[in-house]
Amino acid sequence: MNRLTYIGLAIAAIVIIAAVFAPWIATHDVTSQDLALRFRSPSAAHWFGTDGLGRDVFSRVIFGARISLEVGITVVFVSTIFGTFIGAIAGFYGGWVDKILAGYIFNVFLAFPGLLLAIALVAFLGAGLGKLILALCIIGWVGYARVMRGQVLKVREYDFVQAAKALGAGNMRILFTHIMPNAIQPLIVQASLGMAGAVLSEASLSFLGLGIPPPAPSWGTMIEEARQYFAVYPHVLFFPGVAIALTVLAFNFIGDGLRQYLDPKQRTR
Amino acid sequence: MKFKLLNIVRQLALMLLVIWTVVSLVTLLIELVPGSPAVTILGETATSEQIANFNAKHGLDRPAFFFSYTNSDGFVWNGADNRYSEYFSGLLHGDLGRSFRTDRPVLDMILERYPSTIELALASMLVAIAIAVPLGVLAGTNKNGIIDNAASFVALLGISLPTFVIGPFLVYIFAVHLGIFSPTGSAHPEDIVLPAVTLGAALSAILTRMIRSSVIEELGEDYVRTARAKGLSERTVVYKHVLKNGLIPVVTVLGLQLGVLLAGAIITEKIFSWQGLGLLLLEDGIAKRDYRLVQGCVLVISVTYIVANSLTDMVYRRLDPRIRLS
Repeated sequence: MNRLTYIGLAIAAIVIIAAVFAPWIATHDVTSQDLALRFRSPSAAHWFGTDGLGRDVFSRVIFGARISLEVGITVVFVSTIFGTFIGAIAGFYGGWVDKILAGYIFNVFLAFPGLLLAIALVAFLGAGLGKLILALCIIGWVGYARVMRGQVLKVREYDFVQAAKALGAGNMRILFTHIMPNAIQPLIVQASLGMAGAVLSEASLSFLGLGIPPPAPSWGTMIEEARQYFAVYPHVLFFPGVAIALTVLAFNFIGDGLRQYLDPKQRTR
Repeated sequence: MKFKLLNIVRQLALMLLVIWTVVSLVTLLIELVPGSPAVTILGETATSEQIANFNAKHGLDRPAFFFSYTNSDGFVWNGADNRYSEYFSGLLHGDLGRSFRTDRPVLDMILERYPSTIELALASMLVAIAIAVPLGVLAGTNKNGIIDNAASFVALLGISLPTFVIGPFLVYIFAVHLGIFSPTGSAHPEDIVLPAVTLGAALSAILTRMIRSSVIEELGEDYVRTARAKGLSERTVVYKHVLKNGLIPVVTVLGLQLGVLLAGAIITEKIFSWQGLGLLLLEDGIAKRDYRLVQGCVLVISVTYIVANSLTDMVYRRLDPRIRLS
Protein backbone atom coordinates (compact mmCIF):
# COMPACT_ATOMS: atom_id res chain seq x y z
CA MET A 1 0.00 0.00 0.00
CA ASN A 2 1.22 3.50 -0.74
CA ARG A 3 2.11 6.24 1.71
CA LEU A 4 -1.18 8.10 1.24
CA THR A 5 -3.10 4.99 2.38
CA TYR A 6 -1.17 4.95 5.65
CA ILE A 7 -1.80 8.68 6.10
CA GLY A 8 -5.50 7.95 5.49
CA LEU A 9 -5.48 5.14 8.03
CA ALA A 10 -3.77 7.37 10.61
CA ILE A 11 -6.29 10.20 10.13
CA ALA A 12 -9.22 7.75 10.22
CA ALA A 13 -7.85 6.28 13.47
CA ILE A 14 -7.66 9.75 15.02
CA VAL A 15 -11.24 10.53 13.95
CA ILE A 16 -12.48 7.20 15.35
CA ILE A 17 -10.65 7.75 18.65
CA ALA A 18 -12.10 11.29 18.84
CA ALA A 19 -15.60 9.91 18.23
CA VAL A 20 -15.36 7.04 20.71
CA PHE A 21 -13.73 9.01 23.51
CA ALA A 22 -15.47 12.34 22.78
CA PRO A 23 -16.82 12.86 26.33
CA TRP A 24 -13.28 12.51 27.75
CA ILE A 25 -11.50 14.51 25.05
CA ALA A 26 -13.97 17.43 24.84
CA THR A 27 -12.98 20.26 27.15
CA HIS A 28 -16.43 21.88 27.46
CA ASP A 29 -20.09 20.99 27.28
CA VAL A 30 -21.09 21.15 23.59
CA THR A 31 -24.43 22.86 24.09
CA SER A 32 -23.70 25.23 26.97
CA GLN A 33 -23.87 28.81 25.72
CA ASP A 34 -22.19 31.88 27.12
CA LEU A 35 -22.85 35.02 25.12
CA ALA A 36 -20.12 36.85 27.04
CA LEU A 37 -17.63 34.49 25.35
CA ARG A 38 -18.87 34.94 21.75
CA PHE A 39 -16.37 34.57 18.91
CA ARG A 40 -13.28 34.18 21.09
CA SER A 41 -10.15 33.45 19.10
CA PRO A 42 -8.28 30.18 19.75
CA SER A 43 -6.62 30.28 23.18
CA ALA A 44 -5.48 27.98 26.00
CA ALA A 45 -9.01 27.95 27.42
CA HIS A 46 -10.72 27.38 24.05
CA TRP A 47 -8.31 25.63 21.70
CA PHE A 48 -10.39 26.29 18.58
CA GLY A 49 -12.07 29.44 19.94
CA THR A 50 -15.80 29.88 20.49
CA ASP A 51 -18.75 30.29 18.13
CA GLY A 52 -21.53 32.88 17.84
CA LEU A 53 -23.29 31.52 20.93
CA GLY A 54 -20.10 31.26 22.98
CA ARG A 55 -19.88 27.47 22.62
CA ASP A 56 -16.48 25.78 22.55
CA VAL A 57 -15.61 24.96 18.92
CA PHE A 58 -13.04 22.26 19.80
CA SER A 59 -15.56 20.26 21.85
CA ARG A 60 -18.18 20.61 19.11
CA VAL A 61 -15.74 19.45 16.43
CA ILE A 62 -14.85 16.41 18.58
CA PHE A 63 -18.51 15.50 19.14
CA GLY A 64 -19.16 16.21 15.45
CA ALA A 65 -16.88 13.27 14.64
CA ARG A 66 -19.35 11.08 16.52
CA ILE A 67 -22.28 12.20 14.37
CA SER A 68 -20.31 11.85 11.14
CA LEU A 69 -19.08 8.37 11.96
CA GLU A 70 -22.44 7.26 13.34
CA VAL A 71 -24.12 8.27 10.08
CA GLY A 72 -21.26 6.99 7.93
CA ILE A 73 -20.97 3.57 9.56
CA THR A 74 -24.74 2.97 9.69
CA VAL A 75 -25.23 4.02 6.08
CA VAL A 76 -22.30 1.94 4.83
CA PHE A 77 -23.36 -1.10 6.89
CA VAL A 78 -27.02 -1.08 5.83
CA SER A 79 -26.23 -0.21 2.20
CA THR A 80 -23.58 -2.92 1.98
CA ILE A 81 -25.86 -5.64 3.38
CA PHE A 82 -28.82 -4.67 1.22
CA GLY A 83 -26.81 -3.87 -1.91
CA THR A 84 -24.73 -7.03 -1.66
CA PHE A 85 -27.86 -9.14 -1.28
CA ILE A 86 -29.64 -7.58 -4.28
CA GLY A 87 -26.47 -7.58 -6.40
CA ALA A 88 -25.83 -11.23 -5.59
CA ILE A 89 -29.37 -12.18 -6.58
CA ALA A 90 -29.10 -10.25 -9.85
CA GLY A 91 -25.75 -11.77 -10.78
CA PHE A 92 -26.44 -15.28 -9.59
CA TYR A 93 -29.86 -15.87 -11.06
CA GLY A 94 -29.31 -13.84 -14.24
CA GLY A 95 -32.07 -13.89 -16.89
CA TRP A 96 -35.21 -11.92 -16.14
CA VAL A 97 -34.28 -11.31 -12.51
CA ASP A 98 -31.06 -9.62 -13.66
CA LYS A 99 -32.85 -7.70 -16.43
CA ILE A 100 -35.34 -6.24 -13.95
CA LEU A 101 -32.82 -5.54 -11.18
CA ALA A 102 -29.70 -4.46 -13.05
CA GLY A 103 -31.32 -3.36 -16.30
CA TYR A 104 -34.10 -1.33 -14.74
CA ILE A 105 -34.02 -0.78 -10.97
CA PHE A 106 -30.28 -0.01 -10.77
CA ASN A 107 -30.68 2.40 -13.68
CA VAL A 108 -33.56 4.20 -11.98
CA PHE A 109 -31.54 4.75 -8.80
CA LEU A 110 -28.49 5.81 -10.78
CA ALA A 111 -30.65 8.14 -12.84
CA PHE A 112 -31.32 10.37 -9.83
CA PRO A 113 -28.43 12.58 -8.79
CA GLY A 114 -27.75 11.09 -5.32
CA LEU A 115 -27.73 14.33 -3.38
CA LEU A 116 -30.92 15.54 -5.05
CA LEU A 117 -32.76 12.33 -4.14
CA ALA A 118 -31.60 12.67 -0.53
CA ILE A 119 -32.66 16.34 -0.50
CA ALA A 120 -36.06 15.42 -1.95
CA LEU A 121 -36.64 12.60 0.53
CA VAL A 122 -35.66 14.69 3.55
CA ALA A 123 -37.66 17.67 2.23
CA PHE A 124 -40.83 15.58 2.15
CA LEU A 125 -40.15 13.33 5.16
CA GLY A 126 -38.81 16.09 7.42
CA ALA A 127 -35.35 16.51 8.95
CA GLY A 128 -33.85 14.20 11.58
CA LEU A 129 -31.08 11.67 12.12
CA GLY A 130 -33.13 8.56 11.28
CA LYS A 131 -34.62 10.07 8.13
CA LEU A 132 -31.23 11.32 7.02
CA ILE A 133 -29.74 7.84 7.41
CA LEU A 134 -32.71 6.32 5.56
CA ALA A 135 -32.29 8.78 2.67
CA LEU A 136 -28.54 8.10 2.43
CA CYS A 137 -29.14 4.33 2.46
CA ILE A 138 -31.70 4.67 -0.32
CA ILE A 139 -29.14 6.43 -2.50
CA GLY A 140 -26.19 4.33 -1.33
CA TRP A 141 -27.11 0.67 -1.78
CA VAL A 142 -27.02 0.59 -5.56
CA GLY A 143 -23.25 1.13 -5.74
CA TYR A 144 -22.65 -2.05 -3.70
CA ALA A 145 -25.26 -3.95 -5.69
CA ARG A 146 -23.47 -3.13 -8.94
CA VAL A 147 -20.08 -4.16 -7.61
CA MET A 148 -21.47 -7.39 -6.18
CA ARG A 149 -23.36 -8.24 -9.35
CA GLY A 150 -20.23 -7.75 -11.45
CA GLN A 151 -18.19 -9.96 -9.14
CA VAL A 152 -20.80 -12.70 -9.05
CA LEU A 153 -21.04 -12.70 -12.85
CA LYS A 154 -17.28 -13.09 -13.02
CA VAL A 155 -16.78 -15.64 -10.27
CA ARG A 156 -19.72 -17.90 -11.07
CA GLU A 157 -18.04 -18.98 -14.28
CA TYR A 158 -14.89 -20.12 -12.49
CA ASP A 159 -14.09 -23.82 -12.46
CA PHE A 160 -14.35 -24.25 -8.71
CA VAL A 161 -17.90 -22.91 -8.75
CA GLN A 162 -18.82 -25.22 -11.61
CA ALA A 163 -17.22 -28.07 -9.65
CA ALA A 164 -19.23 -27.22 -6.54
CA LYS A 165 -22.37 -27.18 -8.67
CA ALA A 166 -21.49 -30.57 -10.16
CA LEU A 167 -20.99 -31.94 -6.65
CA GLY A 168 -24.56 -30.94 -5.88
CA ALA A 169 -23.98 -27.88 -3.67
CA GLY A 170 -27.10 -25.75 -3.19
CA ASN A 171 -27.42 -22.19 -4.51
CA MET A 172 -27.04 -20.60 -1.08
CA ARG A 173 -23.96 -22.67 -0.28
CA ILE A 174 -22.35 -21.75 -3.60
CA LEU A 175 -23.22 -18.08 -3.09
CA PHE A 176 -22.00 -17.80 0.49
CA THR A 177 -19.04 -20.14 0.64
CA HIS A 178 -17.65 -19.89 -2.87
CA ILE A 179 -18.69 -16.67 -4.54
CA MET A 180 -18.93 -14.23 -1.60
CA PRO A 181 -15.33 -14.58 -0.31
CA ASN A 182 -14.08 -13.80 -3.81
CA ALA A 183 -16.24 -10.72 -4.11
CA ILE A 184 -15.32 -9.20 -0.74
CA GLN A 185 -12.26 -7.22 -1.87
CA PRO A 186 -13.97 -4.78 -4.24
CA LEU A 187 -16.76 -4.39 -1.68
CA ILE A 188 -14.23 -3.24 0.92
CA VAL A 189 -12.94 -0.61 -1.51
CA GLN A 190 -16.50 0.47 -2.26
CA ALA A 191 -17.30 0.64 1.48
CA SER A 192 -14.29 2.85 2.16
CA LEU A 193 -15.23 5.27 -0.63
CA GLY A 194 -18.87 4.97 0.48
CA MET A 195 -17.85 6.05 3.97
CA ALA A 196 -16.29 9.22 2.52
CA GLY A 197 -19.44 9.81 0.48
CA ALA A 198 -21.76 9.30 3.46
CA VAL A 199 -19.78 11.67 5.71
CA LEU A 200 -19.82 14.29 2.93
CA SER A 201 -23.54 13.82 2.22
CA GLU A 202 -24.44 14.12 5.91
CA ALA A 203 -22.44 17.33 6.17
CA SER A 204 -23.96 18.65 2.92
CA LEU A 205 -27.53 17.96 4.01
CA SER A 206 -26.87 19.42 7.46
CA PHE A 207 -25.34 22.47 5.77
CA LEU A 208 -28.53 22.86 3.73
CA GLY A 209 -30.55 22.64 6.96
CA LEU A 210 -31.94 19.24 5.97
CA GLY A 211 -29.80 17.04 8.18
CA ILE A 212 -29.43 16.86 11.90
CA PRO A 213 -31.11 19.91 13.43
CA PRO A 214 -29.21 22.28 15.78
CA PRO A 215 -27.98 22.37 18.50
CA ALA A 216 -26.45 18.95 17.64
CA PRO A 217 -22.81 19.60 16.67
CA SER A 218 -22.88 18.28 13.10
CA TRP A 219 -19.95 19.63 11.10
CA GLY A 220 -22.26 20.70 8.27
CA THR A 221 -24.54 22.59 10.65
CA MET A 222 -21.53 24.26 12.29
CA ILE A 223 -20.32 25.51 8.91
CA GLU A 224 -23.76 26.81 8.02
CA GLU A 225 -23.99 28.67 11.34
CA ALA A 226 -20.46 30.08 10.97
CA ARG A 227 -20.92 31.19 7.36
CA GLN A 228 -22.55 34.54 8.08
CA TYR A 229 -19.73 35.67 10.42
CA PHE A 230 -16.98 34.08 8.38
CA ALA A 231 -15.48 37.31 7.06
CA VAL A 232 -14.80 38.56 10.59
CA TYR A 233 -14.38 35.30 12.54
CA PRO A 234 -12.93 32.74 10.12
CA HIS A 235 -11.84 30.30 12.86
CA VAL A 236 -15.45 29.27 13.55
CA LEU A 237 -15.72 27.88 10.02
CA PHE A 238 -12.12 26.81 9.59
CA PHE A 239 -12.01 24.00 12.15
CA PRO A 240 -15.16 22.07 11.23
CA GLY A 241 -14.21 22.62 7.56
CA VAL A 242 -10.80 21.06 8.12
CA ALA A 243 -12.41 18.22 10.09
CA ILE A 244 -14.76 17.32 7.23
CA ALA A 245 -12.05 17.66 4.59
CA LEU A 246 -9.58 15.49 6.54
CA THR A 247 -12.13 12.79 7.31
CA VAL A 248 -13.36 12.57 3.71
CA LEU A 249 -9.79 12.72 2.44
CA ALA A 250 -8.75 9.91 4.81
CA PHE A 251 -11.44 7.51 3.63
CA ASN A 252 -10.76 8.43 0.00
CA PHE A 253 -7.04 7.74 0.55
CA ILE A 254 -7.86 4.38 2.10
CA GLY A 255 -10.31 3.40 -0.65
CA ASP A 256 -7.95 4.54 -3.37
CA GLY A 257 -4.96 2.81 -1.82
CA LEU A 258 -6.86 -0.42 -1.31
CA ARG A 259 -8.09 -0.34 -4.89
CA GLN A 260 -4.56 0.00 -6.18
CA TYR A 261 -3.30 -2.63 -3.78
CA LEU A 262 -6.00 -5.14 -4.68
CA ASP A 263 -5.86 -4.52 -8.42
CA PRO A 264 -2.60 -5.88 -9.86
CA LYS A 265 -3.11 -3.94 -13.11
CA GLN A 266 -3.15 -0.62 -11.25
CA ARG A 267 -0.33 -1.66 -8.94
CA THR A 268 2.15 -1.91 -11.75
CA ARG A 269 1.07 1.34 -13.32
CA MET B 1 -27.36 -0.75 -39.57
CA LYS B 2 -30.43 -2.61 -38.34
CA PHE B 3 -28.51 -3.62 -35.20
CA LYS B 4 -27.42 -0.03 -34.61
CA LEU B 5 -30.96 1.28 -34.97
CA LEU B 6 -32.26 -1.38 -32.61
CA ASN B 7 -29.68 -0.37 -30.04
CA ILE B 8 -30.66 3.31 -30.25
CA VAL B 9 -34.36 2.38 -29.94
CA ARG B 10 -33.59 0.18 -26.95
CA GLN B 11 -31.63 2.99 -25.29
CA LEU B 12 -34.38 5.51 -25.93
CA ALA B 13 -36.95 3.08 -24.53
CA LEU B 14 -34.89 2.62 -21.38
CA MET B 15 -34.48 6.37 -21.02
CA LEU B 16 -38.25 6.90 -21.32
CA LEU B 17 -38.90 4.10 -18.82
CA VAL B 18 -36.49 5.63 -16.34
CA ILE B 19 -38.01 9.10 -16.84
CA TRP B 20 -41.50 7.63 -16.29
CA THR B 21 -40.37 5.98 -13.05
CA VAL B 22 -38.66 9.14 -11.82
CA VAL B 23 -41.76 11.20 -12.62
CA SER B 24 -43.92 8.65 -10.79
CA LEU B 25 -41.68 8.70 -7.74
CA VAL B 26 -41.62 12.51 -7.68
CA THR B 27 -45.40 12.63 -8.09
CA LEU B 28 -45.89 10.29 -5.17
CA LEU B 29 -43.27 12.01 -2.96
CA ILE B 30 -45.93 14.42 -1.75
CA GLU B 31 -47.64 11.47 -0.03
CA LEU B 32 -44.65 11.26 2.33
CA VAL B 33 -45.43 14.66 3.90
CA PRO B 34 -46.39 14.05 7.52
CA GLY B 35 -49.91 15.43 8.09
CA SER B 36 -51.39 17.32 5.15
CA PRO B 37 -49.79 19.94 2.92
CA ALA B 38 -52.83 22.19 3.48
CA VAL B 39 -52.26 22.37 7.24
CA THR B 40 -48.53 22.88 6.69
CA ILE B 41 -49.18 25.80 4.33
CA LEU B 42 -52.20 27.39 6.02
CA GLY B 43 -51.11 26.73 9.61
CA GLU B 44 -52.73 24.98 12.54
CA THR B 45 -55.33 27.72 12.93
CA ALA B 46 -56.84 27.20 9.45
CA THR B 47 -60.58 26.47 9.41
CA SER B 48 -61.84 23.26 7.84
CA GLU B 49 -63.40 25.37 5.07
CA GLN B 50 -60.06 26.99 4.24
CA ILE B 51 -58.42 23.57 4.17
CA ALA B 52 -61.16 22.17 1.92
CA ASN B 53 -60.79 25.14 -0.45
CA PHE B 54 -57.01 24.72 -0.59
CA ASN B 55 -57.31 20.99 -1.26
CA ALA B 56 -59.91 21.53 -3.99
CA LYS B 57 -57.82 24.25 -5.65
CA HIS B 58 -54.71 22.08 -5.84
CA GLY B 59 -56.53 18.83 -6.54
CA LEU B 60 -55.52 17.41 -3.18
CA ASP B 61 -59.10 16.37 -2.43
CA ARG B 62 -58.85 13.59 -4.97
CA PRO B 63 -57.35 10.16 -4.36
CA ALA B 64 -53.59 9.91 -4.79
CA PHE B 65 -53.46 6.96 -7.15
CA PHE B 66 -55.58 4.58 -9.23
CA PHE B 67 -56.23 2.45 -6.19
CA SER B 68 -55.84 2.83 -2.47
CA TYR B 69 -55.70 0.55 0.52
CA THR B 70 -57.04 1.12 3.99
CA ASN B 71 -57.40 -1.29 6.86
CA SER B 72 -61.16 -0.78 7.03
CA ASP B 73 -62.03 -0.88 3.30
CA GLY B 74 -59.18 -2.99 1.89
CA PHE B 75 -58.32 -2.32 -1.75
CA VAL B 76 -60.46 0.40 -3.37
CA TRP B 77 -60.36 1.20 -7.09
CA ASN B 78 -60.39 4.98 -7.54
CA GLY B 79 -60.59 5.20 -11.33
CA ALA B 80 -58.72 7.61 -13.57
CA ASP B 81 -59.73 10.72 -11.63
CA ASN B 82 -56.70 10.76 -9.36
CA ARG B 83 -53.78 13.08 -8.63
CA TYR B 84 -51.22 10.82 -10.25
CA SER B 85 -52.90 10.75 -13.66
CA GLU B 86 -53.73 14.45 -13.38
CA TYR B 87 -50.09 15.40 -12.70
CA PHE B 88 -49.01 13.21 -15.59
CA SER B 89 -51.47 14.64 -18.09
CA GLY B 90 -50.48 18.11 -16.90
CA LEU B 91 -46.84 17.26 -17.55
CA LEU B 92 -47.63 16.15 -21.08
CA HIS B 93 -49.14 19.61 -21.64
CA GLY B 94 -46.10 21.32 -20.10
CA ASP B 95 -47.93 22.07 -16.85
CA LEU B 96 -46.14 21.40 -13.56
CA GLY B 97 -49.04 22.66 -11.47
CA ARG B 98 -49.33 25.85 -9.45
CA SER B 99 -47.21 26.91 -6.51
CA PHE B 100 -48.92 26.29 -3.16
CA ARG B 101 -47.60 29.61 -1.90
CA THR B 102 -47.63 32.08 -4.76
CA ASP B 103 -50.24 30.42 -6.99
CA ARG B 104 -47.96 31.03 -9.98
CA PRO B 105 -47.37 28.25 -12.54
CA VAL B 106 -44.39 26.23 -11.29
CA LEU B 107 -43.01 25.96 -14.83
CA ASP B 108 -42.76 29.76 -15.12
CA MET B 109 -40.91 29.98 -11.81
CA ILE B 110 -38.47 27.28 -12.91
CA LEU B 111 -37.88 28.75 -16.37
CA GLU B 112 -36.98 32.11 -14.80
CA ARG B 113 -34.19 30.49 -12.78
CA TYR B 114 -33.05 27.61 -14.95
CA PRO B 115 -30.77 29.64 -17.29
CA SER B 116 -28.71 30.90 -14.33
CA THR B 117 -28.08 27.33 -13.17
CA ILE B 118 -27.14 26.12 -16.65
CA GLU B 119 -24.82 29.13 -17.00
CA LEU B 120 -23.15 28.25 -13.68
CA ALA B 121 -22.82 24.55 -14.61
CA LEU B 122 -21.23 25.35 -17.98
CA ALA B 123 -18.86 27.94 -16.46
CA SER B 124 -17.73 25.42 -13.83
CA MET B 125 -17.13 22.89 -16.57
CA LEU B 126 -14.87 25.37 -18.36
CA VAL B 127 -12.98 26.03 -15.12
CA ALA B 128 -12.57 22.28 -14.58
CA ILE B 129 -11.18 21.75 -18.09
CA ALA B 130 -8.82 24.70 -17.77
CA ILE B 131 -7.37 23.23 -14.56
CA ALA B 132 -7.48 19.54 -15.43
CA VAL B 133 -5.94 19.42 -18.91
CA PRO B 134 -2.53 20.92 -18.06
CA LEU B 135 -2.41 19.24 -14.64
CA GLY B 136 -3.44 15.81 -16.00
CA VAL B 137 -0.95 15.99 -18.88
CA LEU B 138 1.87 17.04 -16.54
CA ALA B 139 1.05 14.17 -14.17
CA GLY B 140 0.72 11.61 -16.96
CA THR B 141 3.95 12.58 -18.70
CA ASN B 142 5.87 12.54 -15.41
CA LYS B 143 4.46 9.23 -14.17
CA ASN B 144 5.29 8.55 -10.50
CA GLY B 145 7.46 11.67 -10.36
CA ILE B 146 7.11 14.54 -7.92
CA ILE B 147 4.75 16.45 -10.24
CA ASP B 148 2.59 13.34 -10.64
CA ASN B 149 2.34 12.76 -6.91
CA ALA B 150 1.63 16.42 -6.26
CA ALA B 151 -1.07 16.49 -8.98
CA SER B 152 -2.65 13.30 -7.60
CA PHE B 153 -2.67 14.80 -4.14
CA VAL B 154 -4.24 18.05 -5.35
CA ALA B 155 -6.83 16.00 -7.26
CA LEU B 156 -7.78 13.96 -4.20
CA LEU B 157 -7.95 17.16 -2.19
CA GLY B 158 -10.32 18.62 -4.77
CA ILE B 159 -12.58 15.58 -4.52
CA SER B 160 -12.53 15.57 -0.72
CA LEU B 161 -13.04 19.27 -0.05
CA PRO B 162 -16.77 19.96 0.05
CA THR B 163 -18.06 22.94 -1.91
CA PHE B 164 -19.34 24.51 1.31
CA VAL B 165 -15.77 24.58 2.62
CA ILE B 166 -14.09 25.72 -0.61
CA GLY B 167 -16.72 28.40 -1.31
CA PRO B 168 -16.43 30.40 1.91
CA PHE B 169 -12.61 30.20 1.78
CA LEU B 170 -12.58 31.58 -1.76
CA VAL B 171 -14.93 34.34 -0.61
CA TYR B 172 -12.63 35.08 2.32
CA ILE B 173 -9.54 35.37 0.14
CA PHE B 174 -10.85 36.92 -3.08
CA ALA B 175 -13.81 38.95 -1.86
CA VAL B 176 -13.08 39.94 1.74
CA HIS B 177 -9.28 40.27 1.66
CA LEU B 178 -8.37 41.06 -1.94
CA GLY B 179 -11.71 42.63 -2.89
CA ILE B 180 -11.49 41.34 -6.48
CA PHE B 181 -14.97 39.79 -6.60
CA SER B 182 -18.18 40.41 -4.75
CA PRO B 183 -18.94 37.77 -2.10
CA THR B 184 -22.46 36.95 -3.26
CA GLY B 185 -25.01 37.71 -5.95
CA SER B 186 -24.97 37.70 -9.73
CA ALA B 187 -25.23 41.37 -10.63
CA HIS B 188 -21.94 41.62 -12.58
CA PRO B 189 -20.55 39.26 -15.22
CA GLU B 190 -17.44 38.52 -13.12
CA ASP B 191 -19.60 37.39 -10.19
CA ILE B 192 -19.74 33.95 -11.78
CA VAL B 193 -16.01 33.31 -11.23
CA LEU B 194 -16.06 32.28 -7.55
CA PRO B 195 -19.18 30.07 -7.79
CA ALA B 196 -17.82 28.44 -10.96
CA VAL B 197 -14.45 27.67 -9.37
CA THR B 198 -16.19 26.32 -6.25
CA LEU B 199 -18.51 24.07 -8.23
CA GLY B 200 -15.82 23.06 -10.73
CA ALA B 201 -13.16 22.08 -8.16
CA ALA B 202 -14.37 18.51 -7.64
CA LEU B 203 -14.89 17.97 -11.37
CA SER B 204 -11.42 19.28 -12.15
CA ALA B 205 -10.04 16.73 -9.70
CA ILE B 206 -11.91 13.86 -11.36
CA LEU B 207 -10.85 15.04 -14.82
CA THR B 208 -7.20 15.41 -13.80
CA ARG B 209 -7.11 11.78 -12.70
CA MET B 210 -8.82 10.63 -15.87
CA ILE B 211 -6.55 12.62 -18.18
CA ARG B 212 -3.52 11.34 -16.27
CA SER B 213 -4.39 7.68 -16.75
CA SER B 214 -5.53 8.33 -20.33
CA VAL B 215 -2.20 9.96 -21.17
CA ILE B 216 -0.26 7.12 -19.51
CA GLU B 217 -2.24 4.55 -21.46
CA GLU B 218 -1.90 6.35 -24.81
CA LEU B 219 1.85 6.96 -24.33
CA GLY B 220 2.31 3.18 -24.45
CA GLU B 221 0.61 2.85 -27.85
CA ASP B 222 2.46 2.03 -31.06
CA TYR B 223 1.49 5.26 -32.81
CA VAL B 224 3.34 7.24 -30.15
CA ARG B 225 6.52 5.28 -30.87
CA THR B 226 6.01 5.95 -34.57
CA ALA B 227 5.48 9.66 -33.97
CA ARG B 228 8.62 9.83 -31.84
CA ALA B 229 10.56 7.84 -34.44
CA LYS B 230 9.50 10.39 -37.05
CA GLY B 231 11.37 12.93 -34.98
CA LEU B 232 8.39 14.87 -33.65
CA SER B 233 9.02 16.86 -30.53
CA GLU B 234 7.66 15.45 -27.26
CA ARG B 235 5.36 18.46 -27.04
CA THR B 236 3.80 17.70 -30.43
CA VAL B 237 3.49 14.01 -29.57
CA VAL B 238 1.68 14.77 -26.33
CA TYR B 239 -0.54 17.64 -27.38
CA LYS B 240 -1.29 16.69 -31.00
CA HIS B 241 -1.53 12.89 -30.77
CA VAL B 242 -1.85 11.61 -27.24
CA LEU B 243 -4.23 14.23 -25.91
CA LYS B 244 -6.51 13.94 -28.96
CA ASN B 245 -7.07 10.24 -28.34
CA GLY B 246 -6.93 10.50 -24.59
CA LEU B 247 -9.75 13.03 -24.49
CA ILE B 248 -12.48 10.62 -25.69
CA PRO B 249 -13.25 9.25 -22.22
CA VAL B 250 -12.98 12.76 -20.82
CA VAL B 251 -15.77 13.95 -23.13
CA THR B 252 -17.95 11.21 -21.70
CA VAL B 253 -17.21 12.18 -18.13
CA LEU B 254 -18.04 15.79 -18.96
CA GLY B 255 -21.44 14.73 -20.27
CA LEU B 256 -22.12 12.54 -17.26
CA GLN B 257 -20.96 15.27 -14.90
CA LEU B 258 -23.31 17.90 -16.30
CA GLY B 259 -26.12 16.32 -14.29
CA VAL B 260 -23.94 16.08 -11.19
CA LEU B 261 -23.07 19.76 -11.56
CA LEU B 262 -26.75 20.68 -11.82
CA ALA B 263 -27.45 18.84 -8.56
CA GLY B 264 -24.25 20.10 -6.91
CA ALA B 265 -25.18 23.63 -7.91
CA ILE B 266 -27.80 23.56 -5.13
CA ILE B 267 -25.10 23.99 -2.47
CA THR B 268 -22.99 26.43 -4.49
CA GLU B 269 -26.05 28.57 -5.21
CA LYS B 270 -26.81 28.71 -1.51
CA ILE B 271 -23.25 29.79 -0.63
CA PHE B 272 -23.17 32.58 -3.20
CA SER B 273 -26.89 33.46 -3.23
CA TRP B 274 -26.79 32.62 -6.94
CA GLN B 275 -30.36 33.00 -8.20
CA GLY B 276 -30.67 29.62 -9.88
CA LEU B 277 -32.87 26.57 -9.67
CA GLY B 278 -31.09 25.23 -6.56
CA LEU B 279 -31.83 28.37 -4.56
CA LEU B 280 -35.43 28.29 -5.81
CA LEU B 281 -35.70 24.69 -4.57
CA LEU B 282 -34.16 25.50 -1.18
CA GLU B 283 -35.55 28.92 -0.34
CA ASP B 284 -38.90 29.03 -2.08
CA GLY B 285 -39.59 25.30 -2.17
CA ILE B 286 -38.26 23.46 0.86
CA ALA B 287 -37.99 26.33 3.36
CA LYS B 288 -41.55 27.53 2.62
CA ARG B 289 -42.85 23.98 2.26
CA ASP B 290 -44.15 24.68 -1.21
CA TYR B 291 -44.28 20.99 -2.11
CA ARG B 292 -45.57 21.55 -5.64
CA LEU B 293 -42.53 23.72 -6.39
CA VAL B 294 -40.20 21.12 -4.81
CA GLN B 295 -41.75 18.46 -7.04
CA GLY B 296 -41.21 20.61 -10.12
CA CYS B 297 -37.58 21.47 -9.31
CA VAL B 298 -36.63 17.87 -8.47
CA LEU B 299 -38.32 16.71 -11.65
CA VAL B 300 -36.60 19.21 -13.93
CA ILE B 301 -33.13 18.55 -12.44
CA SER B 302 -33.60 14.77 -12.60
CA VAL B 303 -34.89 14.74 -16.17
CA THR B 304 -32.03 17.00 -17.32
CA TYR B 305 -29.63 14.60 -15.61
CA ILE B 306 -31.16 11.53 -17.25
CA VAL B 307 -31.29 13.08 -20.72
CA ALA B 308 -27.69 14.36 -20.44
CA ASN B 309 -26.49 10.93 -19.30
CA SER B 310 -28.34 9.01 -21.99
CA LEU B 311 -27.20 11.33 -24.77
CA THR B 312 -23.60 11.12 -23.57
CA ASP B 313 -23.83 7.36 -23.50
CA MET B 314 -25.12 7.29 -27.07
CA VAL B 315 -22.47 9.73 -28.31
CA TYR B 316 -19.76 7.70 -26.58
CA ARG B 317 -20.93 4.50 -28.23
CA ARG B 318 -20.82 6.33 -31.55
CA LEU B 319 -17.30 7.67 -30.89
CA ASP B 320 -15.68 4.51 -29.64
CA PRO B 321 -16.15 1.45 -31.85
CA ARG B 322 -14.90 -0.88 -29.10
CA ILE B 323 -17.85 0.02 -26.88
CA ARG B 324 -20.26 -0.05 -29.85
CA LEU B 325 -19.32 -3.57 -30.80
CA SER B 326 -19.31 -4.94 -27.28
